[in-house]
Amino acid sequence: MPANNYEYFLLLPHIVLSVGIVLSILIEIFTRKGKEVLPWFSSLLFLFVGFYSIINIDKNFFIFGGMVEVGGRASIFNFIFNIAALLTVLASTDYIKKYGINYSEYYILIQSSVLGMMVMAMAHDILVIFMGLELMSICFYILAGLNRKRSSNNEASLKYFLLGSFATGFIVYGIALVYGTTGSTSIQNIFENFMQYFNNILFIVGMLLLLIGFSFKIAAVPFHMWVPDVYQGSATSVTGLMSTAGKAAAFSVLLILLGTSLSYSSPIVFRNYFSVIAVLSTLVGSIIAIAQTNLKRMLAYSSIAHAGYMAIGLAAGNNYSFAGITFYLAAYVFMNIGAFTIISLIEGKDETRLTLNSYAGLNKKSPFLAAMMSLFMFALAGIPPMAGFFGKYYVFFGAIKSDLTWLAIVGVLSSLISVYFYLRVVVYVYFMNENEQFEIEKSVGSNLAISLTGLLVLLFGIFPDSLMNLIVNFIK
Amino acid sequence: MNIEIILFAVLALVAATSSVMMITRKNAVISAVFLVLNFFALAGLYLLLNAQFIAVVQVIVYAGAIMVLFLFVLMLLNTEAEHQLFIDKRGIKFFAIFIAAFVFIEIAFLIFKSNPSKNLSPDQAASINSGTIQTIGQQLYTNYLIPFEVSGFLLLAATIGALVLAKKKFE
Amino acid sequence: MLQVPMEYYLILSAFMFTVGVAGVLIRRNAIVVFMSIELMLNSANLTFITFSSYLGNSIGQIFVFFVMTVAAAEAAVGLAIIIAIFRNKLSVNIDEINIFKW
Repeated sequence: MPANNYEYFLLLPHIVLSVGIVLSILIEIFTRKGKEVLPWFSSLLFLFVGFYSIINIDKNFFIFGGMVEVGGRASIFNFIFNIAALLTVLASTDYIKKYGINYSEYYILIQSSVLGMMVMAMAHDILVIFMGLELMSICFYILAGLNRKRSSNNEASLKYFLLGSFATGFIVYGIALVYGTTGSTSIQNIFENFMQYFNNILFIVGMLLLLIGFSFKIAAVPFHMWVPDVYQGSATSVTGLMSTAGKAAAFSVLLILLGTSLSYSSPIVFRNYFSVIAVLSTLVGSIIAIAQTNLKRMLAYSSIAHAGYMAIGLAAGNNYSFAGITFYLAAYVFMNIGAFTIISLIEGKDETRLTLNSYAGLNKKSPFLAAMMSLFMFALAGIPPMAGFFGKYYVFFGAIKSDLTWLAIVGVLSSLISVYFYLRVVVYVYFMNENEQFEIEKSVGSNLAISLTGLLVLLFGIFPDSLMNLIVNFIK
Repeated sequence: MNIEIILFAVLALVAATSSVMMITRKNAVISAVFLVLNFFALAGLYLLLNAQFIAVVQVIVYAGAIMVLFLFVLMLLNTEAEHQLFIDKRGIKFFAIFIAAFVFIEIAFLIFKSNPSKNLSPDQAASINSGTIQTIGQQLYTNYLIPFEVSGFLLLAATIGALVLAKKKFE
Repeated sequence: MLQVPMEYYLILSAFMFTVGVAGVLIRRNAIVVFMSIELMLNSANLTFITFSSYLGNSIGQIFVFFVMTVAAAEAAVGLAIIIAIFRNKLSVNIDEINIFKW
């Protein structure tokens, strides 16, 4: 219960977004212009919420009886989610017409999923985490299957739904065991008595089941079997949001759950678990991605590998590596959304032109897109001075600080493997002769989104320290 | 013999059997009915555990609303009984059963080993009090206000989603 | 009341949970797979209620209340997805539906 009315005021970003969702539904019901108005309305909403959160980063409080945290870490994540959603909406106004899902519900569901992510990022109680997670996941299940006439879409959504709720089953059972041994769902309570609970084997089993469920949500090997199909089958703009903001939200929860528990003399069970996950994900993701010619599928495997790099930071479990993960997530969100936006521009009707061949000679058709695609590919490969390099650098450095040098070496090796398939795209774009003739549609929103993400990726790469200092100050 | 222990034994037996029957029936409708039976048995167990409100909600929401929705969809789609019950690959089937048995034995072993009730002295009054509709309602509207509001948006999103996905004609 | 040892309830719920997991892994009909997931959620609910009752605090029961909300939302969305796929494919068997590799 709020101690005073000021606590409601601190929740302003969430309240504004919730009111926005209801208003969007009313706009859709009572006007005939829902499809024209809602993109701009959602963009303004995300812009306001994102910047309002980041401006109020200093107001770091635990409110509602310690159940949620505002400001600080939550603000950083709110900013990431909202800017990601803003870029997705900007990029998808023209794309969803082409794809055949030009419904107002598309925007309402994106708003709801962002609300779920924001709830996850602020939660300090397992119950709040669970509700936020489900709000986000259910919106994603629907978004993945929004084009009902297309069987690839149906299938992606069914697969995502069944495996997603399977993971939810594990999460709920894990929470039940954690609750049984601690008598509470408050994360604060778990932290304070961690050493006492840690001797209880049921608590460890519960935490492991919870972590397994979340490993599924971050798409780490061996819980990755849904990723390639769902990412390939969904609409490209939806994939962009799922693979970036959705992953960031799941990581924000892992950072809370493990935040303090790992610093208590680092329980060996969780560290080993994340080391195994990290090694498997980085290697499997990078190696299988080499065999892919479909760009969406390739980026799906690359997203598995990136989850692995971030899991290295989780295994390291010190403040520096956690700040590194946050930086990495911010960088990853922008470069991946940029790449998916370009894919959505090249993509033709009925899921054509998704393979590498369609990118041959892109430089002649559109020098701007070619340059930006190379920028994003360099950034994803982790080549300095792009943002991706510093993300990996901070995470690996955190691992070395925790005496996990071997894990950092595995990470570097797998990054070297991944350079091959990222640079292959650049080679196709610049050095191959075009073998397909098609017009790239002009879309103001997409170009704006691509320019913005490109700019952010460069800025993060050129001034990484200022951003990193900001994050380190607020991740405790 | 104590009446509570007899009731527990009967309800537990019904719950366990119906869950196994649920996953082994060929006809999906019969599976669904066994699941309803399982839910009723669980509601009985909840009553034994002094959780009156949840027991009632279990019957009304789970057995009543959700399972009726399942049955409705099953009848609507009218799929035939499966000739072949399980996924083709035999290997997967045995592997799955093996893993499930292993996990169960392990969890059961852990539960007995860690003996979670050893420091517990069940307080009858507190237990009854924790399950009343008054306690739960009060908690929901005070301490658990935020998850409660989020659950509202969850249901809203699910309603919109179900409409978008299942509506026959759009526009 | 509360004379049954708590472990018995926990074993029952662990049993139901594993039956649910087995059902998800081996059945072909998407609706039955989904029902198995509901069984998993219910076994977790039983664990919650058991602990809640023996600990004498109501957090577990509130959690169960929210799990039921989530289950209702998931049922609505999941069945809508299954109806959508049935319209396209006239089948709800998960191994006939696959275009992609599972």
